Amino acid sequence: MKALTANRLIDGEVVWLDRASAWVETLAEAQVLEGAAAEAEAFELAAAAVAGRLIVDPYLIDMERVEGALQPVRLRERIRASGPTMRPDLGKQARPRSSAA
Amino acid sequence: MYRYDEFDESFVSSRVAQFRDQVRRRLSGDLTEDQFKPLRLMNGVYLQLHAYMLRVAIPYGTLNARQMRKLAEVARTYDRGYGHFTTRQNIQFNWPRLQDVPDILAELAEVEMHAIQTSGNCIRNVTADHFAGAAADEVADPRPYAEILRQWSSLHPEFSFLPRKFKIAVTGAAHDRAAVQVHDIGLQLMRDEAGAIGFTVFVGGGLGRTPMVARKVRDFLPETDLLAYTEAILRVYNRYGRRDNKYKARVKILMHETGLETLRADIEREFQEVRSGVLDLPKAEVDRISAYFAPPPFVPEQAGEADAFARALASDPALATFAERNLAPHKAPGYASLTISLKPIGEAPGDASAEQMELVADLAETFGHDEIRVSHEQNLVLPHVRKADVPEIFRRLRGAGLAEANAGLITDIIACPGMDYCALATARSIPVAQRISERFAASGRQREIGDLKVKISGCINACGHHHVGHIGILGVEKKGEEYYQITLGGSGDENTSIGQIVGRGFSYDGIVDAVETVVDTYLGLRQSPQEDFLAAYRRVGDTPFKEALYGTA
Repeated sequence: MKALTANRLIDGEVVWLDRASAWVETLAEAQVLEGAAAEAEAFELAAAAVAGRLIVDPYLIDMERVEGALQPVRLRERIRASGPTMRPDLGKQARPRSSAA
Repeated sequence: MYRYDEFDESFVSSRVAQFRDQVRRRLSGDLTEDQFKPLRLMNGVYLQLHAYMLRVAIPYGTLNARQMRKLAEVARTYDRGYGHFTTRQNIQFNWPRLQDVPDILAELAEVEMHAIQTSGNCIRNVTADHFAGAAADEVADPRPYAEILRQWSSLHPEFSFLPRKFKIAVTGAAHDRAAVQVHDIGLQLMRDEAGAIGFTVFVGGGLGRTPMVARKVRDFLPETDLLAYTEAILRVYNRYGRRDNKYKARVKILMHETGLETLRADIEREFQEVRSGVLDLPKAEVDRISAYFAPPPFVPEQAGEADAFARALASDPALATFAERNLAPHKAPGYASLTISLKPIGEAPGDASAEQMELVADLAETFGHDEIRVSHEQNLVLPHVRKADVPEIFRRLRGAGLAEANAGLITDIIACPGMDYCALATARSIPVAQRISERFAASGRQREIGDLKVKISGCINACGHHHVGHIGILGVEKKGEEYYQITLGGSGDENTSIGQIVGRGFSYDGIVDAVETVVDTYLGLRQSPQEDFLAAYRRVGDTPFKEALYGTA
């Protein structure tokens, strides 16, 4: 189980690819990729988004289901998805609403 | 302090215009990320975990109130209301938008600041003793030489694409507060028997994944040869430094692989080629630059002033504790250098809010001859304050949460941004520092422990200087979990040593207990309260600490 993430070019915001091929600011909206074909298709979209100057540095992250909720396996990616662990007032964790890139 | 001349002003302004155009071309698609990345890095712009990061240079850690206010304004207008002062005496903003960076750089240029050479394989911002020009034990002010090196190295065409980054530090006192022996070049100012100024020159120090203490290549380099000799070192490094492996590209590896005698001979040979030419440092130029750093007009100590200060301390224990830890001896009678700790208990080391920056700017203007320093220990310093003004400064600092009396104590922790911000980090640093700080929060306990430097890095690159911590902590990722390795006995002063790994690492939950075990072991074995942690460690070695931590040596 994976998701495709990147940073938005114009402001560096962490984004993920969603089911509608948009780049969204919240992990909960990310498309879960199962299998090589889905990953390859996602990378094609990412390549187009890189060429279109929307995102930079796309890469796959491992996901897992914990108590019913999807979350990144690595702490690094969990921090990217929420914000600095000692500053709940900063980053995505500080804003309840999401929006598409 | 140094003021830009017309050349500096036009150089920085044109650089801002150049980068504005580069950002425009990136956003319009004329530049790819591969083309743009080296350009943004040359202007201090990184891409970190959550956002871009802008690193702004604070040459040799010296700035004035106007500059500090501008940093506060940038924090408030373009960032999230705070900045992070770094172990290289710079400041980082963690949340700027790429499209805003040209405007930020333009604002910084208004107050003679920039982000040039804060990244990339060039000569980085030259660092210096944070008590420069003030310290009672100073041989000479290192800042004029740091400034000369800055001017010489800025966009030096020959040294803009070195094998790897290159860091120079200068100290003006025998007691090294600038950690010169863990820099690529370390310069220690001294006088010869005739009283002439010169430098002891160290080469090949560094931290990172291969920590090494620099080797002395010159006992005494005359002042006039500073640039010629530095250029010779850089030329030798540029020619022989490895470019095949970035992890073996620093000059410390060249020193290690080549050997001191051979490398020194190479440097001397090159030096003979370049000396007595355009790089000779004319006395008039040294004097011209030094004039920018002339001491402020110190007010002679008035009769009774010292007694009044002593009475103030006697009547206010909190002030007395603050003075004991956060005042450093000054060369002028009645003055002190005052450390403003950016390590309030439980807070992120090195962070300051825009409001705190503005308060420090106000204090510098009102009480400190308009001078502020950033220390490599991530604190701020008012280098020249009258002791008579300390009670009022303390009162105002306390109102802003900046009066922690912990300079040099266990809670005065260096910590890199770690995995809470940094794309390279493998573990968190700041929360570990915060938890240690909270564990040892009691002022009496800290002071009972005494001088103790704890330094934390969130990855092997060692931005938190853990190798030279009396207690060093290195965070790594192991099987998806954060683990923290403890090193003991490191030091970054004139008796530099690299800390030794004490044993297997500790979990995130266990690291604070482990540090406490180390501290309690020290308290149990020290010969007297005057024997500080490092002295005790050097006397007994690591065996008692291993036994305490692991139950076996």
